[in-house]
Amino acid sequence: MAAVARIENVKRHYRMGDNVVRALDGVSARFEEGDFWAIMGQSGSGKSTLLNLLGCLDRPTEGEYWIGDTEISSLDDDTLSEIRGARIGFVFQSFNLIPQLTIIENVEVPLLYQGYAPRDSRERAIELVTMMGLGDRLTHRPTELSGGQQQRVAIARALANDPLILLADEPTGNLDSRTARDILDVLIGLNERGKTLIVVTHDEGMSELAEHTMRLRDGKVDSLTRRGASAPAGDRA
Amino acid sequence: MISTRFIQIVKLGLKSLLLHKLRSGLTMLGIVFGVCSVIAMLSIGEGASQEAQDQIKRMGASNIIVRSVKPTEDQTSTNQASRVIMYGLTYEDAERLNIPTVDVLVRMRENQKDVRFRDRKVTCRVIGTVPWYPEVANHEVAEGRFLTHIDFDNKTNVCVLGDSVARALFLFEDPIGQIIRVGSDYFRVAGVMEPKSAPATQSGGGESDASGLTDFIFIPITTARTWFGVYNTKSSSGSRETEYVELHELQVRVDDIRNVEATAKVVRSTIDQFHKKDDVKVIVPLELLAQARETQRIFNIVLGSIAGISLLVGGIGIMNIMLATVTERTREIGIRRALGAKKAQVITQFIVETMVLSVTGGILGIGLGVLVPKLVTHFADMATVVTAPTLMLAFGISAAVGIIFGIYPAWRAANMDPIDALRHE
Repeated sequence: MAAVARIENVKRHYRMGDNVVRALDGVSARFEEGDFWAIMGQSGSGKSTLLNLLGCLDRPTEGEYWIGDTEISSLDDDTLSEIRGARIGFVFQSFNLIPQLTIIENVEVPLLYQGYAPRDSRERAIELVTMMGLGDRLTHRPTELSGGQQQRVAIARALANDPLILLADEPTGNLDSRTARDILDVLIGLNERGKTLIVVTHDEGMSELAEHTMRLRDGKVDSLTRRGASAPAGDRA
Repeated sequence: MISTRFIQIVKLGLKSLLLHKLRSGLTMLGIVFGVCSVIAMLSIGEGASQEAQDQIKRMGASNIIVRSVKPTEDQTSTNQASRVIMYGLTYEDAERLNIPTVDVLVRMRENQKDVRFRDRKVTCRVIGTVPWYPEVANHEVAEGRFLTHIDFDNKTNVCVLGDSVARALFLFEDPIGQIIRVGSDYFRVAGVMEPKSAPATQSGGGESDASGLTDFIFIPITTARTWFGVYNTKSSSGSRETEYVELHELQVRVDDIRNVEATAKVVRSTIDQFHKKDDVKVIVPLELLAQARETQRIFNIVLGSIAGISLLVGGIGIMNIMLATVTERTREIGIRRALGAKKAQVITQFIVETMVLSVTGGILGIGLGVLVPKLVTHFADMATVVTAPTLMLAFGISAAVGIIFGIYPAWRAANMDPIDALRHE
């Protein structure tokens, strides 16, 4: 299978006064099409930094990040925006829907930045929201929906551009366990239909579901496991 | 395609502005008043200048007016009881002003007389003039005829009434052909002039003479000389005062407007040579016109800058609100950036939003700005003129304010780090 994304010895260093913070210090991975990855670690382990890099919100200080056939570490801001819009789908912990827009308009946002004609984007948005089971809430505002429903809208929005990678940052962190299960089912369902899924989470349960689990500690890969393969000594700190 | 996208951005801007109606409305007020004051100030200025220019133009742009002015007291004899003051233009002056570039020369002298018809009486200026006065002064006859060469040569007792005199004396009758009494002499009415504020002559300058009479009649200057002579006698507070004035005014029409300046120079030097006493004033409407325009320009600049300052304040108000909006919507900006918005698209979004605010304010300001001059005209009786360029200028300014004061907040929004923006609470 082809790699949709690949990071090679990626480093991300921040300068804080005289100190250099090594948020990521040489991480490599290869994400194949249809993979389901869980990236885990404590806060400060560098998983947020890795998420930002994978989401093209940030550029590595060193190392390479290939997404599809593009190496992004040398690209300018506009090109990065384009890549985010076309190849990445974000799902956030706090849903991040725009409150003054309706459900349908929220899903349309990435489509409009991609230059869809208004009519096409409307059609696509309706299709996605309906697919997420919210066909009767098209013109509601996000605040009129429950958390689980909002996250479904966010997933619909993330899928709008048919991205190469679906990047979820603690997608169930703000939900009760039942709704969390629902949302996980939706994500897993998408993965089963071939969508590459990377979930950044604290949730230990996720490693049970994900095919690959990457544990980070102090900016380095602590362990890399594959479900089914013999599990190495997992460190539970 | 591009336009539909633009409409969408405008709609989005409207939507987020409507989210904070009070705030947007108050912000807009700054622009409304700014634009309104620009229009009001410019239209008041324009009105004042048109009034001044009209007045000057009525004198005739290619005319030069030479007027007798009563010299100030200390220059005249201090003869007490009854005295004769001699001043002003003489017949010889009229001859001297026959300069080649002068087309037509009109002589005038005036006396103040009571004019009577039956039991009605009007005190008015009786102006002796020449038959070609109307064409030089741009003052036409409304009814009947003006004085003719025959009247002039024969020194006939005919007169042409000023509009106000005609109305005062002849309430019901047709004035033409009627006989009126002027002082102690009788004149036949030949015509009535078109309404026009005081004819150019007004032997003015002297304090007692500025009777401000707007009523006047015209008679042939030859007749005037015969009947009334060159002496004007006036009794004021016990002392009698007699003036000897041959001519009160000469109006000169220059053959070409380009020669006015040069002719004015010649006229001035000629007059200066023979009138050491400063008893003659040369008025060049063209020069006054240029002065009026210059004054108007300065006036406009001053008014414009005052109005400009209020617009500036309005603009700063907008910028202030937009900066607050940008901070408030940091999260939204982060989301949009994560979903593929380029910096330029974020900038466009916020500039359009600012422009919606300022242009809407501008349109309301234009509405108000058209209304305010009308009120000014109605209540303060000042002429105001709202011109199309003024409106376009005001509208342009409001749009420009939107762009200029929108740039910084929009730039701030676009240059946020999307990672930080997404995390912003």
